[in-house]
Amino acid sequence: MSESKPGFSTLSVHAGSAPDPATGARATPIYQTTSFAFEDADQAAALFGLQAFGNIYTRITNPTTAVLEARVAALEGGTAAVAVASGHAAQLGVFHTLMQSGDEFIASTKLYGGSINQFNHSFKSFGWNVRWADCDDIAAVEAAVTPKTKAIFIESLANPGGVVTDIAAIAAVAKKAGIPLIVDNTMATPYLCRPFEHGADIVVHSLTKFMGGHGNSMGGIIVDGGTFDWSASDKYPMLSQPRPEYQGMTIHETFGNFGFAIACRVLGLRDLGAAISPFNSFLLLTGIETLPLRMEKHCANAQKVAEYLKGHPKVEWVRFAGLPDDKYHALQKRYMPKGAGAVFTFGLKGGYEAGVKLVGAVNLFSHVANIGDTRSLIIHPASTTHRQLTDAQREAAGAGSQVVRLSIGIEDVEDIIADLDAALAEIG
Amino acid sequence: MDHDRYDDAHIRAILREVKTVAMVGASPNNVRPSFFVLKYLLSKGYDVIPVNPGQAGREIGGVPAVASLAAIDRPVDMVDIFRNSQAAGGVVDEALALDPLPKVIWMQLGVRNEEAAARAEQRGVTVVMNRCPKIEYARLCGEIGWAGVSSGVVSSRKPTMAAGMQRFGLGKKTD
Repeated sequence: MSESKPGFSTLSVHAGSAPDPATGARATPIYQTTSFAFEDADQAAALFGLQAFGNIYTRITNPTTAVLEARVAALEGGTAAVAVASGHAAQLGVFHTLMQSGDEFIASTKLYGGSINQFNHSFKSFGWNVRWADCDDIAAVEAAVTPKTKAIFIESLANPGGVVTDIAAIAAVAKKAGIPLIVDNTMATPYLCRPFEHGADIVVHSLTKFMGGHGNSMGGIIVDGGTFDWSASDKYPMLSQPRPEYQGMTIHETFGNFGFAIACRVLGLRDLGAAISPFNSFLLLTGIETLPLRMEKHCANAQKVAEYLKGHPKVEWVRFAGLPDDKYHALQKRYMPKGAGAVFTFGLKGGYEAGVKLVGAVNLFSHVANIGDTRSLIIHPASTTHRQLTDAQREAAGAGSQVVRLSIGIEDVEDIIADLDAALAEIG
Repeated sequence: MDHDRYDDAHIRAILREVKTVAMVGASPNNVRPSFFVLKYLLSKGYDVIPVNPGQAGREIGGVPAVASLAAIDRPVDMVDIFRNSQAAGGVVDEALALDPLPKVIWMQLGVRNEEAAARAEQRGVTVVMNRCPKIEYARLCGEIGWAGVSSGVVSSRKPTMAAGMQRFGLGKKTD
């Protein structure tokens, strides 16, 4: 093997994996075991003390999951990763490592609704206080920084789609404040956007979506960019101070540019317990092997569907950054030139009734709450996920009566459009 | 020699060839990075000699420590320096006073001394700076992947198993 850097597709198939050393199995085996036998007391002590590399217990590390971690780290251009049970668990792990009770972090107002809930409610019970900022307004983000701010959290491509964040501009704010920038890269995936190249320090994913891509397994991951100097201040004692959990070991000093990932694993995952199943890791890994092929098709299909809807007389508007007149088109060209993703919303002139009728009239589309599946998915938020809100609350959340969200799959685009066309004809 | 990046083949060749390692600045404190590296290199079969004037005559990681490089009673293949960049210069000069000369002088992560490196290279000694032999060994043999760390190595060759549980090696030179 020459020492040139492998390309993205090669890494998608190979990074982190090798033939199984014991059996030669070429696909990564599912190590469905809770625990790993020790050679002797010395080796056990070295493993527990983090002096040796190796597996103890699947809550902390597992050889199947480790391949998934090394692969996603390589695809993102990070140093290391920690896979966990879900995207929400990844966010919990990141903030557990960064925050102490009473600390603050800044988060974009345009986030996946589940993240908004997690930050507004669960995190507050830990004393981790979110300050919301509109990330289209860089000055507003900068104004939200206080001496207690420990991080900034954004999505590269925000759910329910259409919103592209100016990562480099937000990274500059974070750098000036001496705090890390965390980017949720779920919707874009590293195929479309690599946030570390634009100044991010930590990337998180829900692997449940496009990364796994088949809608069959929950999973999340934390990726360490290896870029942040955790010892430059005393803001991050989990990394910069001797840890009582490990007899006074200092994690950043000991593990250097992958120290954040190690801290998330041995101080976070070890104690919080949101471990991923090795079987899920296997399925997600299998999905990632075809990530570039799927994303290319997802994006090409979504572009055509968005263009079709834009020209439809019953459609009032389409929010998709791939459309040349879209507000976020310039940012999409800069940060994700290979495509604008495959999740977006559009507004029906017929309002609430038309939305309800449309999800009932489609045949190929599945009416579900997930995104990033091989299958095309549809949801009318006002009658489902956002049903309990008032009209005003729905409008603010981008889930007004007329809004329909699509996640475009990898079927033949003619069939996707034909399905929408027939359903739109039915809604009157 | 470009000290900003090293080819994997270069590092692998060093770690395969070297047998005896003098570790200057080895700490007896079992949560210090130097102790981690010492234990790891011992577990990989290297003959590691801790060098620490304050610990001479005592054991570090089960191995007798010596006060200085000059006090080592056998030829040393590699000197691994766990001192700051400035202090590394003096250690390099002590290493260059050894007879026979070490084949390799290795400065740990965060340690770089260009002038000292040039002096060593003039004498034909290979210099590695700002790297950790534990991380490099674990990266090249594949063990580092067990911690979710990206090794940067893409290969469809089977890892080399070593004796015991959960141990990989670097294999033979023909691999």
